[in-house]
Amino acid sequence: MSPLMVLFALAKIVVILLVLLTVVAYAVWFERKLLAHMQCRWGPTRVGPHGLLQPLADAIKLLTKEDLTPSEVFPLVYLLAPFLSLVTALLAFAVIPFGPETRVGGMDLFQIADLDIGVLFILSVSSMGVYGIALAGWSSNSKYSLLGGLRSSAQMISYELAIGLSIIGVLLLTGSLSLRAIVENQAGAYWGFLPRWNIIPQFAGFVCFLVAAIAETNRLPFDLPEAETELVAGYHTEYSSMKFGMFFMAEYANMVTASCLATLLFFGGWHGPVFGPAILQALLPLLWFSLKVLFFLFLYVWIRATLPRFRYDQLMAFGWKFLVPLALGNLVVTSLVLAIRWS
Amino acid sequence: MPELEIPAGERNMVLNMGPQHPSTHGVLRLVLELDGETIVRCTPDIGYLHTGIEKTCEDKTYHQAITLTDRIDYLCPLTNNLCYVLAVEKLLGLEPPPRAQWVRVMLNELSRIASHLVWLGTHAIDIGAMSVFLYCFREREEILKLFEMVAGQRMMTSYFRVGGLALEPPADFLKRVQKFLQIFPGRIEEYENLLTRNRIWIGRTKGIGYLSAADALDLGVSGPSARASGIDWDLRRDNPYSSYDKFSFAVPVRQEGDVYARYLVRVDEMRESVKIVQQAVEGLPEGPVQATARGVVLPPREKMKTEMEALIYHFKIVTEGFRVPPGEVYQAIESPRGEMGYYVVSDGTSHPYRVKVRSPSFANLQALPRIAEGRLLADMIACIGSIDIVLGEIDR
Repeated sequence: MSPLMVLFALAKIVVILLVLLTVVAYAVWFERKLLAHMQCRWGPTRVGPHGLLQPLADAIKLLTKEDLTPSEVFPLVYLLAPFLSLVTALLAFAVIPFGPETRVGGMDLFQIADLDIGVLFILSVSSMGVYGIALAGWSSNSKYSLLGGLRSSAQMISYELAIGLSIIGVLLLTGSLSLRAIVENQAGAYWGFLPRWNIIPQFAGFVCFLVAAIAETNRLPFDLPEAETELVAGYHTEYSSMKFGMFFMAEYANMVTASCLATLLFFGGWHGPVFGPAILQALLPLLWFSLKVLFFLFLYVWIRATLPRFRYDQLMAFGWKFLVPLALGNLVVTSLVLAIRWS
Repeated sequence: MPELEIPAGERNMVLNMGPQHPSTHGVLRLVLELDGETIVRCTPDIGYLHTGIEKTCEDKTYHQAITLTDRIDYLCPLTNNLCYVLAVEKLLGLEPPPRAQWVRVMLNELSRIASHLVWLGTHAIDIGAMSVFLYCFREREEILKLFEMVAGQRMMTSYFRVGGLALEPPADFLKRVQKFLQIFPGRIEEYENLLTRNRIWIGRTKGIGYLSAADALDLGVSGPSARASGIDWDLRRDNPYSSYDKFSFAVPVRQEGDVYARYLVRVDEMRESVKIVQQAVEGLPEGPVQATARGVVLPPREKMKTEMEALIYHFKIVTEGFRVPPGEVYQAIESPRGEMGYYVVSDGTSHPYRVKVRSPSFANLQALPRIAEGRLLADMIACIGSIDIVLGEIDR
């Protein structure tokens, strides 16, 4: 690897990170605005037109707020937990491809690293995220935090299983763990009009994945670890200032990751109608990808506006008694169909 | 209250919930003994919103005390006004004119709707259904505007007077009420669409927080919470006041006694209240809004300018208040939360000797440990919401 390429890779990381952080900040704005309109309110309107500068104001507020550390916390773990949350949330983007392979000087433009085991990497990194939450709950020296941390450990571990199982169907269809290969496999259309997206053969897997992903990102109706009305704020009750901000960013980054993953695995990634001049042809895939991700973010907000919260034991029962069997059943059926087709 | 002492070796965790907690509906403090997330013991601790209203009433004239009653149960100020005013009227032996009674009924039922809307909204947001909260407050806002029209105040209304109303309602008031009645039933459908057949909502409320009829009677639970346990008792029907006997309405009763039943009873009650308001608007009699009781009710403005006697009475009532014959009286009415009673003792002066409030929330709160113990922490939230307490009323 020449120094130039290292420099190029670094620049790519910085750009993608900046874009990602902006997306995360505006995901918050998007949610607040959308939720507000669903609830007959206006949402942020004061800072900038349509409250568009609100994320900036929030960032300044969070950065300049007093940073309190409660007495008798476990200092090292207490400080480490938010970093762990955010870093694992951001790390997943290392393998997410945003567009088709576009090589400039031998380097791929739309992906940081095309790992052969991209799916496994994301799964493993996202399961690391539970450490951030569990350790925050445990080290905070607060009972509410502890309960939140306990809940989330159990919840995230259970639903990780469902996520993993629901993805296997897709992996079987593709025969690869590389996200790029999975997307390439979804190109084209059945009978000329129906896109060959994985959602069609893998609908049960998709439903399972979507539900488990919402649970994995701790969003309503599965936001038990921070169930505001029960546990005040759950695992991040005792965190203030930017330390809280990191948990907050991690939550939205995880939402974006989950949306990206759903798009890549089931919604055909960047595939969509491509037409027009060369420059448009290069940019359209990015647009389709963004729109699909936006759709999932919208879904997140929509669900939040509509549904009440599960109870802890109901959540576990739902995960183990419904989602896991559904994913397993889907896996068995997919394997059978594939076995028959190959034989 | 005595400190909870946990013997050494006990593995239960004591969790202090409140008084600052998002879902204790004010400043209720609960000392919870938890085994994991299961509540082993629940001890409510009250008194964080003690205002001394009962005592302050003794220092006010009978009319001045009306403004204090607003603040007892701040979600249905007009119901408090009515109960207090009825008690004083009973002492005086005064019967307000029919028009005043009809308007009182109308406003009381609007208060009931407003109060149930706050309950539904907060109960729903406690369980995580966020939008219902804002939808409910949208309609409540309309009702508060109606209150503002008649009383000039949205919350601290003080619109009723001993002997009738403070003023004739403004000209287009009835039209606004009609308009509200037209849209509101559709809005109830909207809330129900989001909740009643929602699997998660049913899972969170059905079979949770069971209160048997016997327990409800033992603990003095009244109102919708008791009616959801199968106790068919509503003071509006069974001990009518303020011409409630001239209205026709049903009293929703359910047998299940769980959080879901309490939810359904209150939603049905909103529908019944709409019917009552409709009847009150349609059958509103003409006539004065104040009884003619010289020395108790302020004389009309015009008479004050022409009659010496009226001016003197006005001066006497405003400066000194009116005297009430000695005696004691208990007046109970059906507030949105249950039996609200005012026990007023008069010693013959223009100040009440004692005003004691029997607040439904205080009695209903007693049932909380009974319905929540042995259940999960998350159920506690549903249980608190389902008994619909107002802390201002509990501490007074």
